[in-house]
Amino acid sequence: MNPTMTPGEEKTIPQTRRESKDESREPVPNVQRSTLDPRPSTASTDTALTVRNLSVFFGDNHVLKSVSLDIAARAVTAIIGPSGCGKSTFLRALNRMHELVPEARMTGEIRLFGDDIYAPGIEPVIVRRRVGMVFQKSNPFPTMSINDNVTVGLRLNGLRDRKLLAERTEQSLRMAALWDEVKDRLHAAAISLSGGQQQRLCIARALAVQPEVLLMDEPASALDPLATSKIEDLILELKKDYTIVIVTHNMQQAARMSDFTAFFYLGDLVEFDTTRKIFTSPAKKQTEDYVTGRFG
Amino acid sequence: MTAPNHSWRKFKNALMQAVTLMCAILVVAPLVLVFYHLLKEGFSSVNWAFFTQLPKPVGESGGGMANAIVGTFILLGQAAVLGVPIGVLGGVFLSEYGSSRLNWWIRFTADVLNGVPSITWGMVVYALVVVPMKGFSALAGGIVLGLMMIPLVMRTTEEVLQLVPNGYREAALALGIAKWRTIVQIVMRTALKGIVTGVLLALARVAGETAPLLFTALGNRFWTHKLTDPIAAMPLQIFEYAKSPYNDWHRQAWAGALVLLLLVLFVNAGVRVLTRDRFQKQS
Repeated sequence: MNPTMTPGEEKTIPQTRRESKDESREPVPNVQRSTLDPRPSTASTDTALTVRNLSVFFGDNHVLKSVSLDIAARAVTAIIGPSGCGKSTFLRALNRMHELVPEARMTGEIRLFGDDIYAPGIEPVIVRRRVGMVFQKSNPFPTMSINDNVTVGLRLNGLRDRKLLAERTEQSLRMAALWDEVKDRLHAAAISLSGGQQQRLCIARALAVQPEVLLMDEPASALDPLATSKIEDLILELKKDYTIVIVTHNMQQAARMSDFTAFFYLGDLVEFDTTRKIFTSPAKKQTEDYVTGRFG
Repeated sequence: MTAPNHSWRKFKNALMQAVTLMCAILVVAPLVLVFYHLLKEGFSSVNWAFFTQLPKPVGESGGGMANAIVGTFILLGQAAVLGVPIGVLGGVFLSEYGSSRLNWWIRFTADVLNGVPSITWGMVVYALVVVPMKGFSALAGGIVLGLMMIPLVMRTTEEVLQLVPNGYREAALALGIAKWRTIVQIVMRTALKGIVTGVLLALARVAGETAPLLFTALGNRFWTHKLTDPIAAMPLQIFEYAKSPYNDWHRQAWAGALVLLLLVLFVNAGVRVLTRDRFQKQS
């Protein structure tokens, strides 16, 4: 029993969550988590996502070409590369969001803490509860209050317990460094917040469903420098508990925040290494040209 | 730098502005004219009796249209029961599910249906409902108005759902919310005012239909107690009175037309109020 879930919720949540097909992986210790600790209990694994030979096609368009890489748990992995190189597609394949495009097709394998997220019988909905996403343009639901925006993922998945919802709201808003700014007006319209606050609200909303991985698609590119630095601080704080994959166009941002960096070009993974290595002594000429601003 | 035709260009601009302004006034003028005429002819007959009494026989002055007013609302109620769920869900399919090829055909069909003359609708429902049921009925009237509403509601619902930014759908799906829940609780909720607006405008549109009711509801000078009996409706009553040779009845027709126009006007004004503060109020 997971104490943070109602019995109904427990039923709907992935059977696959804890049964690893990867025998070599250490079993997750059965830590009793208090309701006040919303962090994912994946403390013993080092690789969050294993991507093998991932190719994605939109119709006849081969946008991602046999990409393989491992994404470390509780670290920030940055995805960089010029526009149209497949960064966003890669990110979206990690929680099956690319399937919203009707003619999308993929081959290869992605494992999330050992579980094949494309295995037959696995619903994308289940994958997305474990792999959350924050978008470039902040998109709080305009019909809902701040409070309702945070809890929407829980409520629409059947959680009714008001006390628990209130707890999750506070935790999530605290984690998103927004609590102090909105605690007195939780029932105000979400769209009354500033742009940077709206984006942090979206992060809180994604955190409330307790994902294990957080995907961020240029989360700060539409924000002013001050709001951007707040988001960056937040990401550095979140990586203590979460695995974060972030797509960014901003080289400084990638260098400042990430532990690992993957450079994509025209659908190929050109180079993947520690951020220090990529930005100081990349193995490939192409990578060096890109990070030093010679092209792209 | 002064161009030689500077003033000529200004003149052309002023001319164009004047022409378009005149056309805009011509658009508004008919409503003003209609309204003025109805007020002049019908206002004196719009009194308490008009709303509370049954029609009086020829020769007796006074009386009202109470049965027709109630009848119109009963017909609209039935039409809504038939037309709103099918129309709204059809619009949801077009916007959220269908493939582009299938959608093209559905849209094409709906647009053709929207252009079908209303008397044709009346004849079709006469053949399909009135003849098998062996009699004119309120039910047949409700069905014909409901059928006419379906394509109207479907197209407006689709349009307002398409206005909901895709980012909201993606955000909801990325939270692991099932697609149908995303559609109902996020997309439709965001577009709720637009959907309600479309429904109200469709109701206002069919409220004034006369021709299809001639073949179905028929009209009734008394109260209707069963849906299988003929029922009165305001447009029918107006038609009935207007073609009669009696001055009393003519006055009643004017009053009925005025009330019907006011009804449509109120619905439209209500819709404006409803849509004005979109995104400002939250539940």
